[in-house]
Amino acid sequence: MATGRVSLARVTDTDGKVMADPSPKTTILNNLNNRKDHRHVNGYHRNGKNGTHNRQTQWKDDFFESFEETPLLVAILTYLGYALLVVIGQIRDLMRAYGIEKDKSCTEPKLEGFVPLYQSWESFYTRNVYRRIRDCWNRVVASEPGTRITILDRHSCDHGWTFELTGKKLNVMNFGSYNYLGFAENNGPCADKVQETTCKYGVGVCGSRQEMGYLDIHRELDELVAEYLGVEAAITVPMGFATNSMNMPALVSKGSLILSDELNHASLILGSRLSGAMIRTYKHNDMADLEKKLRDAVCEGQPRTHRPWKKILIVVEGVYSMEGSIVRLPDVLCLKKKYKAYVYLDEAHSIGAMGPHGKGVVDYFGQDPHDVDIMMGTFTKSFGSAGGYIGGSKRLINHLRTHAHSFIYSTSMSPPVAQQIISCMRTIMGKDGTKEGMKRIRQLAWNTRYFRKRLHDQGYIIYGNKDSPVVPLLLYMPSKVAMFSRETLRRGMATVVVGFPATPLIETRARFCLSAAHTKEMLDEALKIIDDVGDLLRLRYSSLKAPDFSEKDIQLIE
Amino acid sequence: MAIIPATWDMYDLIQGVLQAPWYHIVFEVALVFLILKIYISQSFTPDKTLLTEKEKDILVEEWQPEPLAPDVPDDHPILQSMEKYCIEGLNGKYIKVNGKLCINMATFNFLGMVGKKELEERAVKALRVYGVGSCGPRGFYGTMDVHLELEDELAKFMNCEEAILYSYGFATIASAIPAYSKRGDIIFADENVGFAIQKGLIASRSHIKWFRHNDMEHLESLLIEQSKVDKKNPKKAKVTRRFIVVEGLYLNTGKICPLPKLVELKWKYKVRIFLEETMSFGVLGDTGRGVTEHFDINPDQIDLIAGSLENAIASVGGFCCGKKFIIDHQRLSGLGYCFSASQPPMLAAAAIESLHILKEQPRLLVDLRENCEKVHEKLSNLSSIKIFGDAISPIKHLYLTEPASDREFDLRTLENVVDYAMNEGVALTVARYLDPEENNLMPPSIRLTVNCDLTDEEINKVVQVISSGFREVLKKLSSVDMSSPLDSVEQGDGEQRASR
Repeated sequence: MATGRVSLARVTDTDGKVMADPSPKTTILNNLNNRKDHRHVNGYHRNGKNGTHNRQTQWKDDFFESFEETPLLVAILTYLGYALLVVIGQIRDLMRAYGIEKDKSCTEPKLEGFVPLYQSWESFYTRNVYRRIRDCWNRVVASEPGTRITILDRHSCDHGWTFELTGKKLNVMNFGSYNYLGFAENNGPCADKVQETTCKYGVGVCGSRQEMGYLDIHRELDELVAEYLGVEAAITVPMGFATNSMNMPALVSKGSLILSDELNHASLILGSRLSGAMIRTYKHNDMADLEKKLRDAVCEGQPRTHRPWKKILIVVEGVYSMEGSIVRLPDVLCLKKKYKAYVYLDEAHSIGAMGPHGKGVVDYFGQDPHDVDIMMGTFTKSFGSAGGYIGGSKRLINHLRTHAHSFIYSTSMSPPVAQQIISCMRTIMGKDGTKEGMKRIRQLAWNTRYFRKRLHDQGYIIYGNKDSPVVPLLLYMPSKVAMFSRETLRRGMATVVVGFPATPLIETRARFCLSAAHTKEMLDEALKIIDDVGDLLRLRYSSLKAPDFSEKDIQLIE
Repeated sequence: MAIIPATWDMYDLIQGVLQAPWYHIVFEVALVFLILKIYISQSFTPDKTLLTEKEKDILVEEWQPEPLAPDVPDDHPILQSMEKYCIEGLNGKYIKVNGKLCINMATFNFLGMVGKKELEERAVKALRVYGVGSCGPRGFYGTMDVHLELEDELAKFMNCEEAILYSYGFATIASAIPAYSKRGDIIFADENVGFAIQKGLIASRSHIKWFRHNDMEHLESLLIEQSKVDKKNPKKAKVTRRFIVVEGLYLNTGKICPLPKLVELKWKYKVRIFLEETMSFGVLGDTGRGVTEHFDINPDQIDLIAGSLENAIASVGGFCCGKKFIIDHQRLSGLGYCFSASQPPMLAAAAIESLHILKEQPRLLVDLRENCEKVHEKLSNLSSIKIFGDAISPIKHLYLTEPASDREFDLRTLENVVDYAMNEGVALTVARYLDPEENNLMPPSIRLTVNCDLTDEEINKVVQVISSGFREVLKKLSSVDMSSPLDSVEQGDGEQRASR
């Protein structure tokens, strides 16, 4: 599959047309040349804006993102693999229909007169592909999701239809949980504080914020989050997913346009849909495409009526959790200013994990948080807790407090959960009087560079930005997905593998989430395990020279 | 082709090819060639009036978007009342607001679980094993053994084959409905269903038919109408799924749904029932199993039951339960399940403990029911308010007997009553709605909730405060109205109230 190459050619073409500036063609060509020098053909690394903005070139010098294209042979083999699975699946479905093979799936009993709840082709993939490798997901954990976790061993007697626990416990290294700063701890000062709060406040709240469910701890949390983000005010919601899906409808409505990155998370898509606004997607991190769509939207207005849009909202994520890529925030903010759009930045995976002060991609690019209209993020990842926040101007937050679904119709945050966030945030900000927070931020940055560099050196295809703690390693073939997950677990390392439909059909991958709590020894051990399995599965697909970034620029704090 | 079994996936496809007449196939082949020809041939593009880049720049310069958010002043009444009544510490039966202790008649802590020591101990124990967050969705190392234990307990408790756990009550039903009902399907929904259901209905993109609140005749007439349409177009009817979505105990009205009649209609018109028990779980029925137990109906008759752990159970989260073949589908299709971090294990542990308490002490439910009836009876005697809701329902709406034509005005009147009651040591709340987004907006009301631990003295005090609150506020209102030259409608209103 020459996807990368094809799209690259197309982009230069459109760039040439779209840019009003006389200079862009040459700039883009320069970029192309640069890319060739780097020998990292990067399907997504497209430089939308041009050299007219001098300020931007600074961050671009230090911006490395890799998306090596899929080798053609591998793509063909992968498609063949799926074709084989489908053919065999069809044959087995036929056998099941004849009764030659016993149908073990939990099928819907036929009820006279009722329309079946599911169409049978809907479950074909589940039945014939997913079921074979079901053991790679939903593994049962019996400990805190720290650097080492206890996994309860499962066994299936019927090839994945059902599982039972064997009673054996596996203690393995954890490279699967989003524990970026290592705050998933069951002891230490944060946990002590949480225990205290549990005894003082109880667990439940049983009311929404506007209906007597507003506790003083919520006020404390809101204020701290606003201070942390460097914005005027903030609100917090007990579930990260719901932060998007319940608050976006309060921001845009019919007659507005949402420009959404094609790889945005499901919660953003749901929130956009519920808002009733028109949704258009642009190619992942492709600033030229975004500018084209913005320009067209402003010039052409709403479809059919051609009335101007009420407002345009650009929805981006800080770090994309499946790609490991980082939003080109300076460019997005530039476009936003030029076209008077608003920016909704979802920092689910970047808050705490990115930037010299752990304040997300805004901090990473040294931008002013006031330039981002809506700062959204979650507490599930770096803070080892649950929930999400939205930060912004006082005006925005006042509006949300009075009009957001999450403040009227749903329970407010559980006090111990809020306390965990408060304690972690204070640690990161250094308000507890130690350098613990800074130490963790630096350690994570170091770990990320170290781990990514070694993987590139070993010749795997690794996606994403050199500073993103989400590290996807491309596996391609469905059989390798299962094998990789099982073999790494057997060798003492828990990894996440992702396949279709979460990724494009052929780009199945394994994903490592790094943590500040991982020690160098652990990383080395993990690299050794990956090498073992990589040799076994022949995963060294990369034909490019390893990039030359290094972990040495990062100063660790002892 | 009798040898191909009709249950096979590709049966219809193969049958279609085999049964097609020869001219049909010739026609299709011709079409394919035509498409190829059109594809290959040069496309004709008429000269569109394209804007030049300069013109576009001017348009971009000209366009002014609306502000992101409307201006909400800092002294907006909702903001003010939120800040004014910020609770210090535990949100239990008594709450401390501005240093003053108030009886809590506003939150859904029906069984008094908030602040129970057993819950806290269990939660702390879980904290010491799992930490606070689960740091991942259920699929990626976010499934802790407590989650499985809670799912198991819930399934057993509700006499269902399987239960699925969500990390947030609102997301539960809002994710469950779109997992089954898709574009083109039909949902019959009660017009007063809660907001989470309304959002689920919108997300499903199905065709929604609203029936009047608890009006089974209206529902039946809609179902009959639908079956007539189905008869006209049986092919479409064969693939159109039909659902009834109701709440067990309506948050917006305090009424219980007529489940036996619904089940009868289900079998008569072949519709599936989704029952939302956010308010009724742990409240209705002799052992708290919800509205199915209340009417003594086998839960198997209901296709999907969704509940919440945020009210009677006093944790955070939600669940769905039912037959395995139904529930399992959500594990890959429930958006709020797949794409969200799982429930914090300590909250799951607290919910398990709460369920245990509920199982061991059915007395709580008896107390709750008695209290509900007492409060209902006493409040029914008051003339200045209209009480809405079933006698045994712990949710009661207090409406003004003679509302003004202006919604905002009534809301302010009720807020004044709330202020009065807060001063007297009774915490109340006005039912908040997002007016423009509600499907069927209810008139402004004070939403009273009843707790099982209330003693008779406390109930008397609450009733007395509410009664004097309404009296005082209405009196003051009428005097203000008479003295100030407001419009005559409001004045007339005031006089009527004063005459009581």
